Amino acid sequence: MQELINRLKELIADGTVVRAIGWKKGDMPYNPEPAYFEKPEDFDNFVYDGFCGANLSKMMIEAAKLEGKTAVCLKPCDTYSFNQLIREHRVNRENAYIIGVGCRGKLDIEKARKAGIKGIKSISGVDIEGDGDVTFDTVYGQKKMAYTDLMLDRCHVCKGKDHVIFDEVIGESKDTGDADRFEEVIKIEKMTPEERFAFFKSELSKCIRCNACRNVCPACSCRKCVFDGVKFDSQQKANVDSFEEKMFHIIRAFHVAGRCTDCGECSRVCPEGIPLHLFNRKFIKDIDDFYGEFQAGKDPEAQSPLTDFTFDDLEPKDAVGRGE
Amino acid sequence: MSMNEEKKEFRPLIVAFCCNWCSYAGADLAGSSRLSYPADVKIIRVPCSGRVNPMFILRAFERGADGVIICGCHPGDCHYSTGNYYARRRMALLFSMLEYMGIENGRTRVEWCSAAEGAKFSKTMNEFCEKVKSLGENVRLGDIRCKN
Repeated sequence: MQELINRLKELIADGTVVRAIGWKKGDMPYNPEPAYFEKPEDFDNFVYDGFCGANLSKMMIEAAKLEGKTAVCLKPCDTYSFNQLIREHRVNRENAYIIGVGCRGKLDIEKARKAGIKGIKSISGVDIEGDGDVTFDTVYGQKKMAYTDLMLDRCHVCKGKDHVIFDEVIGESKDTGDADRFEEVIKIEKMTPEERFAFFKSELSKCIRCNACRNVCPACSCRKCVFDGVKFDSQQKANVDSFEEKMFHIIRAFHVAGRCTDCGECSRVCPEGIPLHLFNRKFIKDIDDFYGEFQAGKDPEAQSPLTDFTFDDLEPKDAVGRGE
Repeated sequence: MSMNEEKKEFRPLIVAFCCNWCSYAGADLAGSSRLSYPADVKIIRVPCSGRVNPMFILRAFERGADGVIICGCHPGDCHYSTGNYYARRRMALLFSMLEYMGIENGRTRVEWCSAAEGAKFSKTMNEFCEKVKSLGENVRLGDIRCKN
């Protein structure tokens, strides 16, 4: 982390960049926040550890419009989102200085809570460099957890340790993938329609329509969003009934279909813990099945599957009932 | 509710999005050729099948439609050259998603129907209507507030 801070300070001092985007300490040891850093003293609060899961590429949409270059810290999976934003002409590459930061998987505090760890005072062993267990110093004494047990679900289906776009890389990354990305989707596909309907109903009825999934998504970057209109009755939870929330989530996922890099931010930020990535992954899986493998953000020149076609595409009637 | 209403057989409400250049004219031909199709089909004219936003379909269901059919020019015959190719990809993904969420398969359909195919239009609508009728009322996608 010190190496990263020194390098960022150096870049600002020699005028290569005007500001940097990174993470600063939050109220708790487990919730660092994305932040801008301009002056050397700002870096006193700079932090980069296992809890810095936020994907900073979306912040570059605004930052790239400011005068001067902005340095941005991107993890390997975040660089896919950044590439996708370049593809959509949402960021100006000239105005960005990308520092690829190392990553050995990001952590989910909910997993610790589920394991019964409460009253956390401080956490150690979450540094980027180390590779030991995580130690929680709580009001009830010390508790230990293995790093991999604490990892976000999305890190178990890691896209790899390589940054796809960067100006320089600081730190080592590790491929933490140890599960099949489509395992959950396939499991749901195998259920009966009644079970599937009941499953999604129970999951989606938790939705409080906070719009966090939309706001955090690097692919959701329209200036004017369809969900913000008064005609779309999704603004208040009071209006919501059983179907409205399904419609919200289908449309949200549909709008990023073919552009979603599967960064998993939607599921990470959901305060209700709805597995939103299941929608995005279903679209990714279908796109892979119907139109050939496609990873959004891998290549900034590649045509997105939904803005492309071939003369002998699958007919919609053949897209359904494949499992029967 | 009177006794009469209770005995009424179920009539599905079907929304058909028809492209201006082919299927809408096809429906017209079906009419002028005196071919019948159920009156439950409500046609909405769109400039191209590529104009159909997935939200239109979900909205129709929310507002009480029991089936939604999208009709466009045959692939290769689009008035705007490529609109229906894009529509084909979008609808394939949307239908697959609806199936994934546990919605019955037969409620949505895409059919390519040219301006000369009045007979096909009438046949398709009759078939689709029967299919939706057999599935019964759309409960899973409806919105209680939109029912009276």
